[in-house]
Amino acid sequence: MEKELVVVTAMGLDRTGIVASISSILAENRVNIEDISQTILGKYFAMIMLVDITNSKVSLEKLQQHLVKRGEEMGLEVKVQHENVFKAMHRV
Amino acid sequence: MPLVYAPKEILETIRMITVQNLDVRTVTLGINLRECCDSDIDRMKEKIYLKITSEAEGLVQTANRIQSKYGVPIINKRIAVTPVSLLLSPALTRNLEESKARAVEVAKCLDRAARKVNVNFIGGYSAIVYKDMSCADRVLIESIPQVLAGTETLCSSIMAASTKAGLNMDAVNLVARAIKETASRTSDGIGCCRLVVFANAPEDNPFMAGAFFGIGEGDNALNVGLSGPGVIKAVLEENRNQSLNELAEEIKKMGFKITRAGQLIGKELAKDLGVRFGIIDLSLAPTMIAGDSVAEIVESIGVESFGAPGSTAALAMLIDAVKKGGIMAAENVGGLSGVFISVSEDAGALRALERGSLSLEKLEAMSSVCSVGLDMVAIPGDTPVESIAGIIADELMIGVMNNKTTAVRIIPVPNRKAGEYVEFGGLLGSSRVMPVSRFVPRKLVQRGGRIPAPMRSLNN
Repeated sequence: MEKELVVVTAMGLDRTGIVASISSILAENRVNIEDISQTILGKYFAMIMLVDITNSKVSLEKLQQHLVKRGEEMGLEVKVQHENVFKAMHRV
Repeated sequence: MPLVYAPKEILETIRMITVQNLDVRTVTLGINLRECCDSDIDRMKEKIYLKITSEAEGLVQTANRIQSKYGVPIINKRIAVTPVSLLLSPALTRNLEESKARAVEVAKCLDRAARKVNVNFIGGYSAIVYKDMSCADRVLIESIPQVLAGTETLCSSIMAASTKAGLNMDAVNLVARAIKETASRTSDGIGCCRLVVFANAPEDNPFMAGAFFGIGEGDNALNVGLSGPGVIKAVLEENRNQSLNELAEEIKKMGFKITRAGQLIGKELAKDLGVRFGIIDLSLAPTMIAGDSVAEIVESIGVESFGAPGSTAALAMLIDAVKKGGIMAAENVGGLSGVFISVSEDAGALRALERGSLSLEKLEAMSSVCSVGLDMVAIPGDTPVESIAGIIADELMIGVMNNKTTAVRIIPVPNRKAGEYVEFGGLLGSSRVMPVSRFVPRKLVQRGGRIPAPMRSLNN
């Protein structure tokens, strides 16, 4: 079965526990991390994950809500977007 | 395995959405109402209401779900219907006032249906009169002031000229009177914001106030309007020292990216709604959000103040590059696909007016190559109806002769003089009243009749 991939980005001031915190929500919901990348932009931190929601216990909307809420608690801006938008914009 | 997308690409998309206001400006569901025609006005209203509320029931909810799936905002959800004058004939009587009252009833029914499904505008209170007017067309145009004063969401458009047929001056005169009367019936003339008169109107335009679902269309279709001055402005700011052709290349690339996002979203929305995906309209349309101004992008490219020399050239290059990039990204491009210099909706245009660099005449000049016409232009409330007809005739003939769409959406603001400030509120913005020549083309417009269709060769 083809995987349904979603891009999770978390941006904010660098601090410990960001990756752990986001990952734990993904694990709780049976969302598999396919890949992860971190970039430092000045004093800001950007974490980008490609995750597979094919076996997710919750809908994409619910997952978005959980992650955005956790981000807010940590002072992060979290975006959860289906990968197709990146494929459309950056691949011919 | 490395990330399928480079972090740079992902962050670029996010920056385009969050900082540069990339969005899908409108998704507009076209609905064919021809089957609702009926000689019994109550039955016709019932059929129209049912058809719209059932076909568009899921539009807003589905659009919101897709918006959140991709993280790209869909700003407006709208409906366009078959030009209403085509439906009216069987329900009209020999009495003009009675017929107008029936037309108004149909208009109010469309307004109710639109509000029921939570769209902010419904377009199609329209008549196609570029050659001549039927009884129903005349009734519809004459009912416009009452209709716009009595509805909230309904938009009206009149096709008064085309390259194939010429310009119908009798229709232009009727519309000019309707504009003037609409202004007097609505606060600050705001009703005129929902009325537009066209030359060569596209039948699949998703943008308001000019959207209608043309007679060449099928049962339904979803059309998507893209804009994105903010994204283009960012390209210009990142490339301050590039030559014009290098700049055009950069804008083409950006045009491709934003259109691909629109194509993805439109196609999925159409599929989920079970309708045909129509076209993508590649336009540059301003909003009052900071950075989302067409005037500012012209200034970013190097024109001292919008409307000053160089503005037409800059704007022509910009929209041409957007379209060249977009055309490869979209399956079907249509609609207006031009620049909207919506004066009251563009913060940069307001500043240009205040500095004195922008005039009605320059707006007209820009419409000959790239803009869609005179849009959201406030003029003095005491402008004679013949001058309004003359302004419309000039603008529409530019479209007729150049084989392009041109349009006029003009607001003679009651009790306001040139230079005074007017606030339309919300999406419609605010403006300074623009001066109109004191010389009136009375005799020209009173001649009436039709300006014949033009030659298409020997065209200098």
